[in-house]
Amino acid sequence: MSLLAQDTRTKRRNAAERRFRRYGLTAIGISLAALVMLLTSVFSSGLGAFRQTFIHIPITLTESALDKSGTRDPDVMHKVTTIGYARVINAALAQAIADNGIVIDGLTDDDIADTISKEAPAQVRDAVLANPDLVGQTVSFSILANGRVDGYLKGRVSLESAAIDTKISTRQLALADAMQDKGLMSRDFNWAFITAADASDQRPEAAGLGVAILGSLYMMLVVLCLALPLGVAASIYLEEFAPKNRWTDLIEVNIANLAAVPSIVFGILGLAIFINFAGLPQSAPIVGGLVLTLMTLPTIIIATRASLKAVPNSIRDAALGVGASKMQAVFHHVLPLAAPGILTGAILGLAQALGETAPLLLIGMVAFVREYPGAPPEGFFDPASALPVQIYNWTQRADPAFVERASGAIIVLLVFLLVLNATAILLRRRFERRW
Amino acid sequence: MTAVSTLLMLGILATLGFVLGRRRALASVQGDSRRLHSLPHYYGWAVAIWTVLPASVLFLAWQTVAPLGNAGGFAVLALALGGLVWAWLRSSATFRARNAVERAVMGLLILASSIAIATTAGIVLSMLFETRNFFSQYDWTRFFFSTTWSPRFQGDSDLGFLPLLWGTLYISFIALLFAVPTGLFAAIYLSEYAGPRLRAIAKPLIEVLAGIPTIVYGLFALITVGPLLRDYFAQPLGLGNSGSSVMTAGLVMGIMLIPFVSSLSDDIISQVPQSLRDGSLGLGATKSETIRQVVLPAALPGIVGAVLLAASRAIGETMIVVLGAGAAAKLDLNPFEAMTTITVKIVGQLTGDTDFAAPETLVAFALGLTLFAFTLCLNVLALIIVRKYREQYE
Repeated sequence: MSLLAQDTRTKRRNAAERRFRRYGLTAIGISLAALVMLLTSVFSSGLGAFRQTFIHIPITLTESALDKSGTRDPDVMHKVTTIGYARVINAALAQAIADNGIVIDGLTDDDIADTISKEAPAQVRDAVLANPDLVGQTVSFSILANGRVDGYLKGRVSLESAAIDTKISTRQLALADAMQDKGLMSRDFNWAFITAADASDQRPEAAGLGVAILGSLYMMLVVLCLALPLGVAASIYLEEFAPKNRWTDLIEVNIANLAAVPSIVFGILGLAIFINFAGLPQSAPIVGGLVLTLMTLPTIIIATRASLKAVPNSIRDAALGVGASKMQAVFHHVLPLAAPGILTGAILGLAQALGETAPLLLIGMVAFVREYPGAPPEGFFDPASALPVQIYNWTQRADPAFVERASGAIIVLLVFLLVLNATAILLRRRFERRW
Repeated sequence: MTAVSTLLMLGILATLGFVLGRRRALASVQGDSRRLHSLPHYYGWAVAIWTVLPASVLFLAWQTVAPLGNAGGFAVLALALGGLVWAWLRSSATFRARNAVERAVMGLLILASSIAIATTAGIVLSMLFETRNFFSQYDWTRFFFSTTWSPRFQGDSDLGFLPLLWGTLYISFIALLFAVPTGLFAAIYLSEYAGPRLRAIAKPLIEVLAGIPTIVYGLFALITVGPLLRDYFAQPLGLGNSGSSVMTAGLVMGIMLIPFVSSLSDDIISQVPQSLRDGSLGLGATKSETIRQVVLPAALPGIVGAVLLAASRAIGETMIVVLGAGAAAKLDLNPFEAMTTITVKIVGQLTGDTDFAAPETLVAFALGLTLFAFTLCLNVLALIIVRKYREQYE
């Protein structure tokens, strides 16, 4: 038998080897495919949220309708509700359609009125109350179009679906096409999605992330101010000073366990202790921040201890040798050297806290909040939303336009996470020392 | 006097104490700091600590009992002033200021590290208390052994725990069935076969999956995986027509767990000593035979620990099942049927209008305590196994 020819047993073993490799490659392929699918799904359904359909028309702000007294006094003009403004806008749109020579069979006044978002009157009203001198003039506005019309421009609503939808008619879609041709309607970048407050079920086109982003920011501030000092202090004690005894063993086991406790349990803790027992307000960023602090503390402690451990003992010995006390050695020498690692750990903890949803649901963050929270420190006690909770909230609404909003909000959340993680990586690259 | 202005005054007093204490210590040795026991600023810190520490303890105690009025504010400030004067009088050359300051700092460090214990105690006590309330209104045998879950607003609800447990275990099982082989094989390939280039690309990309928040996975289940499974598997096979199902939640949760399993197994596999591999390869085994017959058996305890940790994660996961699994409590074998889990029901019973006297709300605490006990056991078991394993090769 030749050495060069493989016998059947060798062939079998080699085939098994190749099979095994293929399994490994397949596993990696599946993981990467899952990642790609996840990101494609989010981006394809969410990018639309950043562009919104606007109607550009001149609106004649008639004095008789908006300011009967003629005083231009905002306090008096407050009496005119959005219904009054809606009439003015509807008339303006009908006029613009006629002026541009758009003719559509069977188009009713209601069709024209429903093309406009229910949020548009409030938009115009705010602009007029901010500048009462506009009354009596003809001003060109870019007002929000209805969510269904927006969906038509984005391909979510089609002629077939409109035929069986009571909230939109095929005539309105024809109108939208014609208005696009004449330049009366277009899709523009939607800043309001990032800055505006949430909107009700009926007007997905106006819903924004402003309150949620502010609420998340407040919570992150609370987490940073509490979790970082507490976590660093706890790690210094456990790593540098703690004697080996029952008590420190208990602390160690507790930290290891807390890192693996389901996050929803922290929500129950927050509800029972901070809200029911301590009487803090529901859906306030301070409560969310406290809960997330307790949740991220183990992460920060574990990272800090690792970077304290990485500082070689020669540094401590040198400091002790020239007469420093143990505490001076730690605070003057070990801690500054471990700082980049600690900061990296803190940022990663923050990223974890930013995306956490479940505990916030239990402390009432799901409530519908339209008011921006005030400036800190009082603002920490005002009701607010949070980015991940806002996403959850939108998935629970009936209108399919909210799915687009939710995916768009995820893109915003992922961008924030990317920034945090990139900062952590840069910090590590820039300052990490190998001893 | 408000809390904020009291704290502000306290800060001013502390600063004043620092300056005065340092000055008095220096004056006691005619400005020759070498004759002091400690560096001058330690005398300042000692006075500042004596000003702030007792006063802030009183402040916190007062705040928890009743809101701080004028009386409370003045009492706090009086105590601060007393502490300042007392510590200031002690600031002299013989006073061991550094030791005093370091003792106080050490106390703060110990306090900070005890928060972990306080948190655990808080979790257990808060849930225990409400769970006792629940079982005083609802028979515990019915909770643990009843097979129906149907809360009613008028009362007289059936709050059986078994359908929730079944849903939780079923979904976790499917998640692990997907995640463990995938994660394990990915880890094996990356640590034993892959070249440095593939490793440098694939490893961070798989870890990205770990950094994605669970709400994102939840939405993925809701808008992509759910409809996909329904249209291409459940409906053609006649197994139901629900987008949210055990399969949806299980698969998506499996994706979430891949990086968890793979990074833990990677650590464990790389801890197996190279000499074991060399011995096996030297005897003529192929690489895959070495992995299957030498490396994996040696790493088995560690991998079991990793799987247990992953299982505890799966059982406690909330957002994916809230958005992907559905809300109907059922005891069913069909994986394309919507089922529900413990965590979903905790969220369901504790959001919206809640009445903390009704068993329908209180049951959430009993569920939470059960969940906590469950995951605690898994975690402790996993930690013990992993720690034992680590010692084996150190």
